[in-house]
Amino acid sequence: MTTPSASASPRETTEGTVYTVTGGDWDEVVQSAAEADDERIIVNMGPQHPSTHGVLRLILEIDGETVTEARCGIGYLHTGIEKNLEFRNWTQGTTFVTRMDYLMPFFNETAYCLGVEKLLGIEDQIPERATVVRVLLMELNRIASHLVALATGGMELGATTMMISGFRDREYILDIFELITGLRMNHAFIRPGGLAQDLPPGAVDQIREFVKTMTKTIPDYDKLATGNPIFKARLQDVGYLDLTGCVALGATGPILRATGLPHDLRKSNPYCGYETYDFEVATADTCDSYGRFLIRVEEMRQSLRIVEQCLDRLKPGPVMVADKKIAWPAQLALGPDGLGNSLDHIKKIMGTSMEALIHHFKLVTEGFRVPPGQAYVAIESPKGELGVHVVSDGGTRPYRVHYRDPSFTNLQATAAMCEGGQVADVIVAVASIDPVMGGVDR
Amino acid sequence: MSDANDSKPNPADEPNPASEPKSAHEPNPEKDLGTDNLPGQRGDHGEEVRVQRGMFGANNGGDTSGYGGLVRSVRLPGPAVRPYGGWFDEVADELEGALEEQDLLPETAIEKTVVDRGELTFHVVREHLVQVARTLRDDPALRFELCTGVSGVHYPGDKGRELHAVYHLRSLTHGRLIRVETSAPDSDPHVPSLVALYPTNDWHERETYDFFGLIFDGHPALTRIMMPDDWQGFPQRKDYPLGGIPVEYKGAQIPAPDQRRSYS
Repeated sequence: MTTPSASASPRETTEGTVYTVTGGDWDEVVQSAAEADDERIIVNMGPQHPSTHGVLRLILEIDGETVTEARCGIGYLHTGIEKNLEFRNWTQGTTFVTRMDYLMPFFNETAYCLGVEKLLGIEDQIPERATVVRVLLMELNRIASHLVALATGGMELGATTMMISGFRDREYILDIFELITGLRMNHAFIRPGGLAQDLPPGAVDQIREFVKTMTKTIPDYDKLATGNPIFKARLQDVGYLDLTGCVALGATGPILRATGLPHDLRKSNPYCGYETYDFEVATADTCDSYGRFLIRVEEMRQSLRIVEQCLDRLKPGPVMVADKKIAWPAQLALGPDGLGNSLDHIKKIMGTSMEALIHHFKLVTEGFRVPPGQAYVAIESPKGELGVHVVSDGGTRPYRVHYRDPSFTNLQATAAMCEGGQVADVIVAVASIDPVMGGVDR
Repeated sequence: MSDANDSKPNPADEPNPASEPKSAHEPNPEKDLGTDNLPGQRGDHGEEVRVQRGMFGANNGGDTSGYGGLVRSVRLPGPAVRPYGGWFDEVADELEGALEEQDLLPETAIEKTVVDRGELTFHVVREHLVQVARTLRDDPALRFELCTGVSGVHYPGDKGRELHAVYHLRSLTHGRLIRVETSAPDSDPHVPSLVALYPTNDWHERETYDFFGLIFDGHPALTRIMMPDDWQGFPQRKDYPLGGIPVEYKGAQIPAPDQRRSYS
């Protein structure tokens, strides 16, 4: 047995005291655990663990196979996005917020832009086409996010087929996003006032094609998992959280709807014209992980319905607010070094119109001013209520932007869902929350 | 759950005399100048939170643009007068009535009520925050069951009320959303915790403490949540620098974001 002094003996050198650490005190730990004669152990799961959804650290107190206490350690992916926003202009904000919950970038962007538009008082001036494209992108994004939830959730149970199919189908959606925005993730495509640019040629056809394939693919998930006895045995009655618990802990989204309450902000507080779309709110009454799984599958079906309705509604028109003091002046085009300002636009402002050049310069370097005040906008993201609290002091930069990320709030339910259950069920419960650490830590 | 139409008052028919004089003949410097033609819309109404001097964020005499003598006040929307419009009056009446029943004068608890951009905000004195929140949650006519957490805002120029804690409360029963705001001075950054009422605020209050240094009295374990446990300072305060290094882009040195010219 090693003594502490032997494992880290100090030695004087010209550089100062040097400690040579040669092995830990595991012998003592093992011995004292044996002497204590109980199986109570504290296990750190994560932050680097394949089944904890990114850099989530779970601190579990275990008695045998039973979890007696579960706590989350978060903050490993904190990047200070909210602070950074205060040093860029309002339009640049979308570039940051899209990176928060990286599995639902369009929701982050839309929520932010709705907040800025509310502060500007231009909600009524957003072109119809821009709003329809926003809804279209959000619903496609909802499918992509749910697919990742199913895929990673399945993988953590050892169901690798779920993982492969989920990521395969998500890839079709990312292809559509790449076609439309130029990027698979982190798009910064939705901007205060509208969109960065219009849909490119061929986008509508590709989405229609996708809707056709996806309608055929979704039943495969039912065949694969919904009735699967192993899958059901792992998910049913695991991660139980009833309505009282959900409301007290602020859990929203599929977790809340799994208790039977059809609370969906798209229905109860519609935004972006959701009240005009025809869709159902999926619910379950099991309060468990299995119910949440069923809701996610059903929501993908409903999202496809909304996507189809969006495609039918797309009418040619502008995609940016007409106010030239707000509309970002860029005319994007694909150049030899990637997507950038179109040469024609540069030629026009540099060569023919000094006014246009001045306005372009002012708007890009300085940005537009937003009247002082605060606004709160909440939208129904795949994970629940995504709220944005935007404060302006009348300047060209956000004074404060706070994201109420649903993953952050829902993750608080970990203790309530896991304590008293088995260690293996912790994985299922956390997967059913579907936390994305980019959103949790921001 | 209530219908979409009555869950949100229509901004068009909502009277807001405090911030928007409606009559076209009434002199209104903002409108006469034409807000459409002016980039900035800082009015002379509302509550002053800061006095800004100079331009471009230069405050150490480095600004040679001639704007150094500029003095502007930054004002947030001020208190509204009745009627607030829509269901706002109903909520305000119910809240005031319920507080009176508990022998708490509404004027003592609620500093001011702001109606702005179709949103209702109660500014609550921090001593009475818990009682007001409990009333908002439990009164059958109010029933704000869901708290969406707390957001901190730092107004260094708002002397005596530098740190604000902003709560958004949602009523699933009535389909309503209100904002409750409370403030604390920098010298005494204490606000009562709402964790006992809304357990969801556990992490949210830790986050606000972590970033703003607001101490939520009564929180079961107020520790840092995002930043490392031994971190010094509160990063989201306005006097806390963003940091960063200058980077080279196409041959030019671009300064760190917080060193760049600011037009705010």
